[in-house]
Amino acid sequence: MGLLSKKDSKLILDPLADNNPITIQVLGICSALAITAELKASIVMSISVLFVMGVGNVVISLMRNIIPSKIRIIVQLVVVAFLVIIVDLVLKAFAYELSKTLSVFVGLIITNCIIMGRFEAFALGNGIWRSFLDGIGNALGYGVILIIVGFFRELLGSGTLLGFKVLGDPIEKTGLYAIGYENNGFMLLSPMALIVVGILIWVQRSRNKALIED
Amino acid sequence: MENRTDKNSYTIIFAVVMVAIVGSLLAYAASALSGRIDENKRLEKQQNILYAMGINDNDETSAVFISTDKAPEAFDANIVEQLVLTVEDGEIIKQQTRQEYLDENGDEPYLIDIKKEKSNAKDGKARRMPLFIGEKDGEKIYIAPIYGKGLWDAIWGYVGLDENMVVQGAYFDHKGETPGLGANIKERYFMDDFIGEHLMDESGNFQGVTVAKGNADPTNQRKTDFKVDALAGATITGDGVTAMIKSDLRLYVPFFQNLKK
Repeated sequence: MGLLSKKDSKLILDPLADNNPITIQVLGICSALAITAELKASIVMSISVLFVMGVGNVVISLMRNIIPSKIRIIVQLVVVAFLVIIVDLVLKAFAYELSKTLSVFVGLIITNCIIMGRFEAFALGNGIWRSFLDGIGNALGYGVILIIVGFFRELLGSGTLLGFKVLGDPIEKTGLYAIGYENNGFMLLSPMALIVVGILIWVQRSRNKALIED
Repeated sequence: MENRTDKNSYTIIFAVVMVAIVGSLLAYAASALSGRIDENKRLEKQQNILYAMGINDNDETSAVFISTDKAPEAFDANIVEQLVLTVEDGEIIKQQTRQEYLDENGDEPYLIDIKKEKSNAKDGKARRMPLFIGEKDGEKIYIAPIYGKGLWDAIWGYVGLDENMVVQGAYFDHKGETPGLGANIKERYFMDDFIGEHLMDESGNFQGVTVAKGNADPTNQRKTDFKVDALAGATITGDGVTAMIKSDLRLYVPFFQNLKK
C-alpha cells in the first residue's frame, strides 16, 4: 500500500459503499432531495461539501480537546457556518459568477446533517489526518449518490445531461422523441429523488446481504 | 475525575471567546471585501441592463454577459439616457433625466434600489423608478427593472421594450430558487421566449405576459397571446415572474402613452 495505510484507506473507501452516509446512515437526505434535479447542481454541491467536510473535520479535530462537551453541537454549527460564510464572501469578491451559482447551496451546506454527524462521531475523537480522510471519504460517498441521483433525474426528467440535449429535442421531435418518447416531469419533483434514493438503497442491499438490518 | 472542559465557567468563557473571535473575523472579512463585492454588484447591474437590450456574449444555447472589463464602456456607449420616474398612485408625478437625478442625489440612477422603492410604494410613499434608454441599430430600447418574489426568495429582472411596449429582450435572475426548477428562469430558452411578446392589447390595455402552463405553444410562435410557456416543476417561480411583470411594468404604461402623443 502506497500513500495510505490500510486503516486510513478504509476511512476513504468505507463511506463510498458499505457505510455510505446517504444510503446506509440515511443522513443528508434533505439536500439530496433539494438539488438533484440537475446534474450540474449535484456536482457543485458535492464539491462544496467536499471542501467544507475536509476543512471542517480538521478544524474540529484540532479543537477536540478544548471544546466544552455541553455546547459542542453549537460549536460545530458555528464552525460550519463560519467556513461557509467565509467561502461565500471570498467567492463574491473574487469569483462573482461562481458565487451566484453557489449562493443557493450555502444554506443547505450549513444544515447538512452529514457534516454535523461526522464532526460529532469522528472528528471529536480522532487526530487531524484521520479526521481529514474521514471528511473526504464521507463527502465523496455523499457526492457519488448525489451525482447518480442527479444523473437519472436530469436524464429522465429533462432529457438532458449538464444541459446538453442527449435524447434529442422534445419540441422539434428529434432523436428519441421522434418515436414517441416523452420526458417524465415527475422526475423533476422532490418525491422522485426519494424514490431514486430508495431504489439505490434496495440495489445496494440486495447485492450485499450483510447490510440488511433485521 | 471531572474534566476541566465540563466546568460551567470554562463553557461560558469558551463560548464568549469563540463568538468574539468568529464574529470579529467575519466582520473583518465582510468589511475588507465589501468594496470589491459592491463593485461586482455594480458591474452586474450594468451587464444585466445591457443584456436586456441585446448586448451580450451569448453563444448558441447559453446566456453569457458581456465581459466585466468591457461592461462599463459598453454601458456608457449604448445607454444614452437614464430617466427616473417618480410614481404615486399609478401616476407619474415627476420625470427626471440622469443629470437632474445626479444633481439631486449624487448617485447614478441605475443604482436605485428597486426593492426599497417597491416597499416605499407599499407604505403609500412615492416610488422612484429608473428607465434606461438604449440605442441599438438606430432604434430606441427602453429597459425597465422589475422585482418580485419567487418560491423561496427574491426574483428580479430587466425587460427591454420598444416604444409600443413589445419585449425586445429580457433578463431574469433569482436569489435562491431551486436549481433545475425555478432557477431555470435565468436560462436562455426561458428568457428568449419573451422576445417579441406584446404587453399591450390592440385597444391599448395593459395585459403583461403570463407564464402559462399547457398553452400548447411550446415553440412560442404566437407573440400576441400574452403568454409564454411555463417551466416544468416551477409553477410558483413562474407565477412570480408573471406577477412582477404585471405589477412593475404596468407603472411604465403612462410613460409610453406620453411618448406617442
